[in-house]
Amino acid sequence: MTPLFETLLVLVLLLNLVALGISRIRALIRTVALQGIVLGAMPLFVHEHIDVRVVLVSLVTVAMKGMVIPAMLQKAMRDVQIKREVEPLVGLIPSMMLGATATALAVALAQFLPLAGEHIVGLVVPTSLATVLTGFLLLTTRLKAISQVLGYLVLENGIFIFGLLLLEAMPLLVEMGVLLDLLVAIFVMGIILNHINREFSSLDTRQLSTLKD
Amino acid sequence: MLAIGLILFPVLMAAVAFAIPWARPRIWLLPVTGAVHLALVAAVWRRPDLAAGTAWLALDALDRLVLLLVSVLFMLCSVYAMGYLGYRRGRSSRVFCGCLLMMLAMMSLVAWSHHLGLMWVAVEATTLASAPLIYFNRTARSIEATWKYLLVGSVGIALALLGSFFLAYASWHAGMPTSLILEELILQAPGLSTPWLHAAFVLLLVGYGTKMGLAPMHTWKPDAYGEAPGLVGAMLAGGVTSCAFLAILRVYRVCAAAGEVEYAARILVLMGLVSMALAGVFMVGQRDFKRMLAYSSVEHMGILIFGIGIGGAATFGALLHLVNNALAKGGMFLAAGNIHRAYESKSTEDVRGAMRRLPVSGSLFLVGFIAVTGSPPFGPFLSEFAILNGALGSGRFVVSALFLLFLLIVFIGMGATVLSVVQGRPSPQARAGGYREGILTAAPGLIFMGCVLMLGLYVPGPLRAALLEAAALLEVRP
Repeated sequence: MTPLFETLLVLVLLLNLVALGISRIRALIRTVALQGIVLGAMPLFVHEHIDVRVVLVSLVTVAMKGMVIPAMLQKAMRDVQIKREVEPLVGLIPSMMLGATATALAVALAQFLPLAGEHIVGLVVPTSLATVLTGFLLLTTRLKAISQVLGYLVLENGIFIFGLLLLEAMPLLVEMGVLLDLLVAIFVMGIILNHINREFSSLDTRQLSTLKD
Repeated sequence: MLAIGLILFPVLMAAVAFAIPWARPRIWLLPVTGAVHLALVAAVWRRPDLAAGTAWLALDALDRLVLLLVSVLFMLCSVYAMGYLGYRRGRSSRVFCGCLLMMLAMMSLVAWSHHLGLMWVAVEATTLASAPLIYFNRTARSIEATWKYLLVGSVGIALALLGSFFLAYASWHAGMPTSLILEELILQAPGLSTPWLHAAFVLLLVGYGTKMGLAPMHTWKPDAYGEAPGLVGAMLAGGVTSCAFLAILRVYRVCAAAGEVEYAARILVLMGLVSMALAGVFMVGQRDFKRMLAYSSVEHMGILIFGIGIGGAATFGALLHLVNNALAKGGMFLAAGNIHRAYESKSTEDVRGAMRRLPVSGSLFLVGFIAVTGSPPFGPFLSEFAILNGALGSGRFVVSALFLLFLLIVFIGMGATVLSVVQGRPSPQARAGGYREGILTAAPGLIFMGCVLMLGLYVPGPLRAALLEAAALLEVRP
């Protein structure tokens, strides 16, 4: 792990908190996009040496998480023309506090995990766990369907960070497959978002509660 | 070579379905692809050595079983689809046919992939391919169901990816070369780092369990099965759930090889019983007969992992039950789809006298109920009996009693709903409806139930051999 790598991890943690404290959906999409770009740069700094495979993973990740997917979501926002606030169930400041608590817990928890050699002191595992928790927070406390998609993206980002520990072990095909699945998932979700808006004239998930026993 | 045919041929056909503008030939793609797929699967069953693949793509007895189920389900559902799409002329069949074919390809890929990362990609792809199918009716209710299915499914599956990474880390931590290839993991298993293995098992069980619809991660299931067309319900309840179960079995094999059977089995038995209990609670007084089938699916998923958790003789029972469940659910969902069409409602308040209104589907629905609740002479009776036998044989009387109790609750709850659907006289407006059963929509259900009946009387030799071989794979004790 190079020092720059740790800096990038701190950046991811900060972006988690920014994502929790933001009120405008478009800004939230940009934040998640920025996190995607930071994530995409990471594989380059995991080890001192760089090979073609790592560069390819890095480029595709930046393109997908940092550009294509955010562009798709921005387009979905333009199409539905909804109110631009995220409408959180839990206030923005309390969500940031929850996020900070989750980060602290993740750092504390990582101390107890049986990690291998070089990972004991690093920030990789805590950042990964904190990002997964942030994703869950966004998923559960935001009412707009589109912010739930962003929560899912942040969750996936957290898992990606854990995957960096296994960079050599993960075949390229699988890395690409995971990213392709993510892209198709966001594409399908974007279409459904559009239909939700047409049917209910809003993206408020409280509308989606007819089906129950 | 065969793997390429079984996986890429449906993908190619899906691309054709999306590309061509003519509805008629597009619908024909479904049974043609189904027939080719089934023929290839039959070839693999006759000569398993043909399936010799790579480390990534391989086919053992367990995979062959799931592949056969998927193929048979698709074949019969594709015949049904020809009749079904005939009734739904107004709706474009492009997305429907394309996604159905993609689903077949991805389910075959799950059966073939022995690399846990590739398997994850394939399982997630089945979710994405099936989401547009649930949305086929384009109503407010179906959007809601699709959204929940997509979001709950994707988040659950994301946890399974984290679990797969944990599993790889378990071998990295132990200083072994990291790999997610099943056979290598099983070889390395005794040396894997135990805490990481435990965490990985829980995450993978939660992730793939969401896909399977185990309680308490089943919340999407009644909504999705309730709103999806009957044949999509059949593919989901028989095919996708079997694939997710296969994923869990592979992880279980790693745990078993690592000497962690006790840990894994305890969780499986507990989750199985919880699923059965919860399904029973929601089935009593259920008014919507398609949601009832969804809860029945939750129950049967519970029975499956309960049987695996018990182990021993119950393992064979659970695998036989996998076959029975897929076929019986196929028949019941197709019958339910016909009844739904004829009455334009799926509530027991409107639907009465299905036996008179639709003699074939109505009877099929009743017979299906008798079969899936485990009454002789149908297949599920044998498999559930084998599971119970295994549980009693290992001296676990409390869980056996609970197992029987939950089966009884489900029988009573399901019986009330099914009888109210099939008995009585249909209302005048239901009788006036224009829908009539055709050979294409009635015959597949009959074949499904015929198979379930046959499995109750006699299990064909090759199938029995494959079941025994698959059970032996799961009984690896260090």
